[in-house]
Parts: sequence; C-alpha cells; structure tokens
Amino acid sequence: MVRCFLINTVCPVGALSAGESRVLYSRVFGPDVGAVSGQQQQLSPEERRLLQEEKLSVVARQVRSAVSLSREASGRLLVEAVPGEEALALQDADSGVVRLRAGDPFSEEMSALWLGVQSLGFVLVCEPHENLLLAEGTLRNLTRHCLEHVHLLGGGSEVLLKSSRIDVLLSRLLPHGQLLFLNHRFAQSLEKEVAAYMAK
Amino acid sequence: MYSHGSESLIKQAREIQESELQKFYSRLVKLLQGKEIGHETVDSLQRLHLILSATKYTRTLPSELQKRLVPLLSSPSEQLQVLSSAVLRETLPLSGQEHNYNQEHFSQLNSHAAALLLSQTGSRADLSSLCAQLLRSLESRPSEGPSHTLTNTLPILNTILTHSPECLTEDNMTVLSKKLVDWLRYASITQGGGASSGGFFTGPRSRQPVPIAELDGSVSGDFFTVLCVGQGFTEDQWMNVYSFSMLRHWLLTYHSGSNGNTTADAANRLQLSLSLSHSHSFSNDDRSEVDGSVVSMVSATSSSSRLLPPKERLREKAFQYCQRLIEQCDRKAHKRTDTDLQKACLVEAVCILDCVCVEDASLVYRAFPCIKALYGRLSSDLSFARVLLPLAQFYLNHGEMAAVDCECVWKLVFSRFPAELFNDPFLAHELLRFLRVNLESLQLRVPQYTRSFPNLLKFLAWDSPAVVDDFVDLLPSLVTAGTAVELLHTLLDLPCLSATLVLQFRSTCLPISESGGRGLMSLDAFRSPSYRGLFLFLLRGEAGSGDTIDRLSTLHELLAEAADWPRVIQCTQTVPVLLHIFFNKVIMVADEKLLAHLILVQLERSGLLLNIPNYIKEIHRVFSCHLLRLCKLHPSLVVDQSHELLEFAGTTANVYSKEEIYTHVVWVLGEYLSVSCDSRCSVRLITSCFEALEAVLFEITSSAPPPGACRPAPRVITTLMSALAKLASRSHDLIPRVSLFLSKLRTVARGGSVPWCSDEEDLVAIVTRGEELWSLLKAPGVAQSVLTPPPHVTTPQWHRDTNVAMPLRLRLLTSLTHSQ
Repeated sequence: MVRCFLINTVCPVGALSAGESRVLYSRVFGPDVGAVSGQQQQLSPEERRLLQEEKLSVVARQVRSAVSLSREASGRLLVEAVPGEEALALQDADSGVVRLRAGDPFSEEMSALWLGVQSLGFVLVCEPHENLLLAEGTLRNLTRHCLEHVHLLGGGSEVLLKSSRIDVLLSRLLPHGQLLFLNHRFAQSLEKEVAAYMAK
Repeated sequence: MYSHGSESLIKQAREIQESELQKFYSRLVKLLQGKEIGHETVDSLQRLHLILSATKYTRTLPSELQKRLVPLLSSPSEQLQVLSSAVLRETLPLSGQEHNYNQEHFSQLNSHAAALLLSQTGSRADLSSLCAQLLRSLESRPSEGPSHTLTNTLPILNTILTHSPECLTEDNMTVLSKKLVDWLRYASITQGGGASSGGFFTGPRSRQPVPIAELDGSVSGDFFTVLCVGQGFTEDQWMNVYSFSMLRHWLLTYHSGSNGNTTADAANRLQLSLSLSHSHSFSNDDRSEVDGSVVSMVSATSSSSRLLPPKERLREKAFQYCQRLIEQCDRKAHKRTDTDLQKACLVEAVCILDCVCVEDASLVYRAFPCIKALYGRLSSDLSFARVLLPLAQFYLNHGEMAAVDCECVWKLVFSRFPAELFNDPFLAHELLRFLRVNLESLQLRVPQYTRSFPNLLKFLAWDSPAVVDDFVDLLPSLVTAGTAVELLHTLLDLPCLSATLVLQFRSTCLPISESGGRGLMSLDAFRSPSYRGLFLFLLRGEAGSGDTIDRLSTLHELLAEAADWPRVIQCTQTVPVLLHIFFNKVIMVADEKLLAHLILVQLERSGLLLNIPNYIKEIHRVFSCHLLRLCKLHPSLVVDQSHELLEFAGTTANVYSKEEIYTHVVWVLGEYLSVSCDSRCSVRLITSCFEALEAVLFEITSSAPPPGACRPAPRVITTLMSALAKLASRSHDLIPRVSLFLSKLRTVARGGSVPWCSDEEDLVAIVTRGEELWSLLKAPGVAQSVLTPPPHVTTPQWHRDTNVAMPLRLRLLTSLTHSQ
C-alpha cells in the first residue's frame, strides 16, 4: 500500500536555505505507526507527530534533490505552463523513483515515486514490493486532478486553502492508501463523484 | 506555480499570535453553534486546518471547539466530513475521549471519519478490535449498512494488515478468505444499472440484464474481473476491484503468517477441511461453480475446489483469476489508460501466480504453460520490460523445479534491458531491486550475473544519483578474483561510459543533419568508423573481452569536452565511493598476485583518467588510501613490485601531477623496503631505491618547479627525507649521503628564500625535520630502532596484560579525576 502522498516545492524558496523544500500538502495513510508498532511507545503523541513531520520533510528534501539532479542531467529547459495547460504540463513532467533505505526515514525500505511538474513535486511513498506500474499511473492521475481542481498552475494558494479537495480526491482514487486497478469505466464513475463534489 | 502568496500564508499561519488564535477559535465555536453552516464556517475550518498543519508542533484546540467538531464527522455534507476529519487528524484526541468517535459502529463510518479514527488508534489492541468489527460487518448481510461503507472496508483492513498483521486471528483469516473468493470469482456478470453503486432504484425495474463486456468491446464470456467494463457496476463488481487490489498483499502477509508454525498450520488445515466437509450443506459460500451458460477455458480447467479449506480455495481462485487476466490482456483495449492498466494487471497477475506457487509447489506445473506463453508473447517487445521482470522472478523461483530452460530470460534481463533501457528510471529501480532481493539465488543459479557488470553499470553511468544506493549494495557481489581487474578499469572509466551513453542517446535521437549535435567533436568521433572500436569497448555488454584498451588516452582526448556535462560530473562524484567499496571487498577475495596486479593498475591509471581535475584528485586520494592498506596488509607486496614502485617514485613529474599518491608510494617504500618485512629485500634493492628517491629530492630542492607546475608540497619533501633516513638506517653505508644532503639543506635554507618553497613556516618545518633526522642518524643503532621499530613496539600488546595494564589504568583514572 501507499504510505503517504505529498506535494512539495522542488524549486528554490526565498525563505528556505538551498536544498530545503516546503511541504504544501501531505497525507499519511493508516494508523499511527509509532503507537501501533510499539517502537516509539515511550514517545508522547506530540513527539510522535513531530517525528512524523520530520520524516515527511526528509522525503520532501530527497525528492527535491532527485528532481533537480535529474533536471540538471537531462538539461531540458522548463517551459512555463499557464492555467488551462494542465495536460501539457503533465506530459512535460519529469519522473523517477527514490529508494528510501530502511531507517531513512521509515523503519522499512520504501520507494518514493515522484513527478516533477514545474516547481512542484508530487510524491507517493510506496512499499517497495508494490506494483509500481500501477502506482505510477495512479500518481499521474492524482496529479492531473490536483492540477485541475486546486488550480496549481495559477499562482494562487488553493493548495493551502482548499486542501480538503485533495482529501476528497484521495478518498476516491487512493482510499486509505490502497492502489486500485481501475479501468476507464470505474475511473469515470469515481471521477463523476469527484466532479460533483468540486461543483458544490 | 508556488507563489509568494502561499509562502506568506504559511508564515502567517505559523506566527499567529496566541490572542488572535483564541479569538479565531471562539468565533469558530460561535459559527458552529449556528443552525446553518455556511460558507464562512467552511472557510474558517479550512483556515484552521492550515494553522494546525503548517507547524510541526501540535497545537491543542479548546475542548469546546473540539467537541463541536466531532459531530461534523457524521454530517450529511461531505465537505464538513472532510474538513472536520482533516482538522481533528492534526490535533490530539481529547483525553478520555479517544474512543468517542463511535467505535462500535466503526464499520458504518464514512471514509473520512474512519481515516481519522484509524490515524488515532493508540495501540495494537485498538487495532485488533477495529479489525474484528470490520470482519463482523463483512459477515453480516450486505443490506444492513449503507453500501458505500463496504468498499471502504477492504482498504482499511489492508492498512491494518500492513502495519500489524498479527491483529488477525486464524478465524478472521478464514472469514476474509471466503469473502475474497466470493467477490473475486462470483461477482455479477451483468452490468449494473447506471448508478455506480447499486442505488435505491436499481434492481426491481431493471430491464433485460446486459452482460458485461471485455476491453475490446466484445461480450464477456467468463467471470467478472477488473478488466471488464459496463455502463455501471454492481456492488459486488466494485468489491471485485477492491479484492483484487489487495489480493497479493493478503496472500503475501498470510503466507508469512503461516510460515512460522508448519505442523500446527497443517493440523489447522486438516481440521478446517474436516469441519468444512461437515458444514458443507449450509455453508453459503459454496455456490455452484458457474451459473450455467458461460464456461471458458479457465473455468473449464478449474478443478472442483469446493472441498478445499478456505485458504487453499482462495489460492485456487486467485490462480484462476490471474490466468483469466492474462488471457484478457491479449485483447486490444480501446482506451490508452486501459492499455496501461493491462500492463499493470499483467505485473500483478504474474506476481500473484509466483506467490501462490511459492506456497503450493504443485501449482508450478499448472502455471508454467501460461507463464511460458506470456513470455513468448512479450519477450521481443521491450515496451513490456516491466512486465518481463516479474516473469523473470517467476523463472528464477520455479524454473529449476519445473526443469525449464531460463537462458533466454537471463539474456534479456542482463543483456538487452541494461543496454537498451538504461535511461528508464523506473526499470532501473525495479531491475536493481530485483537483483538486490535475489542476490543469493542469482549468484547460485545465474553465472552470467557477475559477468554482466559492464552492462549493469550503464544504469549507474546514466543516472548516478538515483541508483548509487543500489550499487553500494550490489557492487561487492560483482567483485571476484576473476572480475577484479576489469571491474576496476571499468569503474575508473565510468565517466567515459556516461559521456558515451549521452552521445549514443543523442545520435539515436537526432539525425546526423540535425543542428542539435553540431559542433560536438565527440559526437563526430562517436560516429566515425575509426574510433568505433573504442566506443564499442566502453559499451560492451559482458566482461571478458580484455581488462581495458590500449588507446585509452585517445578516448579521453575525444571525450575531453564532456568534462562539464552535468551527467558526467554527477557520475564522477559517485566513482570514489564505489572504489572504496571495491577495494574493501577485493582484499577479501584476492590472492597476493592479484593484489600486486591491482597496485600496478593503480600506478598506471593514476595518470590515465578523464581530465576532470576534481575527479583526478579524488581518485588519487582513494588510491593512496588503499595502496597504504594493501601494503600494510601484505608488506612483501612492496618488494614484489619494487621495480614498478621505484619507477613511479623516481619520476620527478609525478611529484607535481600526482602529489597525493606519490607521497604515499614514497612512504610505503621507506616503510616496507626492509628485511624485517621480506627476507628477499637485499642491500642492493635498498640502495637503488635510495638513489632513485635521492635524485628526485635533489632535483626538486635545487631548482624552481617546471613552468606550469606549482611548488612541491612540503609534505612530499618531508616524506622523501624520512624515507631516505629510514633506508639509510637499514644500510649504514648510506648514512653519510643523507647527512650531507640534510646539512646542505640547512645551509641553503639559512640563506633565506628558496625557489621551491614560498612559505616561511613550511621551510622552517622542513629544516627542523631535517635536523631531527640528521641527529638521529648520528647514532645508527638508535636510528634503526626508531625508524624501523620491531613489530612488538608498533603493535603493542602490553595493555592486554593484566599486570602491566593495571597501574596504567589507575594512573589514567587518577588523572581524569584530578583534572575535574
């Protein structure tokens, strides 16, 4: 299953030091690992939350580096896309996988799939035996919907102020972190539900 | 895309004043007290979420507010469900209220409330009880709860299973296995009416049932799978999707669960199968195999599995499902997304087949015909590479047992994939993971593995940062006595390979007339027949055609312009790390002869590298470090290789161009060219070494450095002086020659500045060292014991002796306590 989904910055941000990344949206699936696994039971809930946030920022930083190294190596120039060009932006996106070793930052090994669209990274952290082909398709699909429904290509702040839209998207397309084998008909009927929600 | 606006919002959310925050809270409480929840409330909730999530520290909400938020979880408006769930996930549950979110009806919670409850379960026990409830809800009749909650159940169960598989009891497993069989194998084969999840109006007034269709539009002739389409879907068809999506994980978890205690497990199975045969008449999951009319290949071949215990029955049904999926993937899908889904389904189906075959070896013989046919169909089409990897896994796990020839599979995995798909990041990740996970098995069964390193390293040369971690794990397995020398050369030329792959990529992407590649000398060279052999050697797929090539320097010249290509630079940064790993491993597998050869390669290659100054410097550093280690481990190597080492140390130019490694070679000669290290070390050898080093030291201290070179490092000079003193202490005839040199040095330095040393402090240090050595050599006996100490002095053991060590420890403790 998918452990978490992130949207983070992969470009320099004024207030942050080089190489840092701002997490704009994050969703961790499943129970509080620290409480359930017993490894961090001596920690208070506040400390466990802090630890989890730190883990997410480790992932965000790793992805940020991966995206910039990959862009540097390919030497492709980024073409700025404007609202309405979501499909184009997605087509142009860079993508890759980062192997997260056991203990760095999760207790087991994970694979972080990333999609770099302009200045943002979209990340799925999966268990390594997961069907990555399916995960890749799901990540693209999610990213497309995020771009459209939270208007990420515009300069607005809807990703922060309408994050509930992303929650709804995830509840349909990646319920509780479960990757789904959806053919276009199943996908359509879920997307109809999503569209109905967004229209309100 | 990321605006200043967003940045300042985050800043505001983080820096909000406590008083302001309290005001915000109380306003929100007031809003929530109102009868209607309007736009303003929704907006405030979203802002509240931002405030809570923008900081990594936990903020505590006033209990009044928190209490008002909880009922929203079950509000009819999804927006309020989502928002309240998101807000509450960022806070801590009120003390004593952990279980307040209606745990008893957990199975009927909406998805957002369930997510909250799951994220706040405080212990494994809570998780177990959630699990039990969910399973109970599955057992009860479907009409009892709202239908959308049913689809939630499997993903939640799968999550719990991931984090804490021991939550499930044997009974739970049986229940779920039975349900999965139902959904996987016996979902409706007619289309659901318009509505997606069996709404109120469907059913009674439905017209003639329309059969489900395949992806190519034809009518489906067999049971429902995720690759079937219709205008709408029934609930059990949705459950089919959810069941298949979690099936592999379920089988894997459950396999590992039953692994531990095989006898007990077998007894359980026996008991289960007995109880099943008794309860056969009223067990509702024992439906007839197929409703009647439609029987395809897959169904026809299935044995009667009704009498199997639930786990085995699920295994059997999973097997049939996957076979049917593989059949269905032959069909041409109308939509591109469905074509992608077919590939993902193939991966999943093959993985599941592998998994059930691992559990029940008797299935291997039934699976192989299908696997072989699939392999035959896909192996020539590299766009299916990522499906072919799970197939390779299947061959690796079961090929031997079924006596199937796997040669062609390995050819594909080790030859074509790296050579042609080196630039696919996902394939690289999966292939390298495949190698890591199966390392032992591969080393045992696939002899090509170690020979394929020139090919495998293409992944590293192309995208070093992404895969270096995998190679850190894999490299040791590639180092054998047979591959070591060629592997070392290959690693050193990895940046060249990187550049060559870029050229290959460009020359296939851009036609010759295209302007993009014009002006690149290296691209012309790459296309020129006269250099073909050089590039082909770099691009070779297998080891064994020679350790390296003669015209390496030509190749380096041709690729000179690649020195600032980002991909090449990234590659140069990973090579030193890998070299360390290489040398650490090689000392474990190599004999002295091979180690001697490796020393020669280091000496030779230190001057034969792609011209990137930082790269050369780093490589010299690695070489120096390991040259020292090798010689320390096998001092007689120095006598063995004295000829080459002396040639290297006697070449003055090396002082300037290879300072680091030169220093180390000189030190090694001075240290280990001694009878105590190797009895073959003759006076003549010591004298010739002395003369070679003396000549160099004389040359660099008597004139200015050659044009273009910087001054020799003080460390080189002192190392040379020490080496000479050491050699002289072993052959006393040489002492007057050192002393003469050292006295001259002092005289020259007194005269003021010298052309070979600009820093006054350095010069003083050099002269001081000279004076020390000189006075030491005045007493040859002492000099020998200081400069060539016997081993019991350099590796003291006396601290291990209780009697000797006790006073030492006491003294140490005393000094520690007194210094406080």
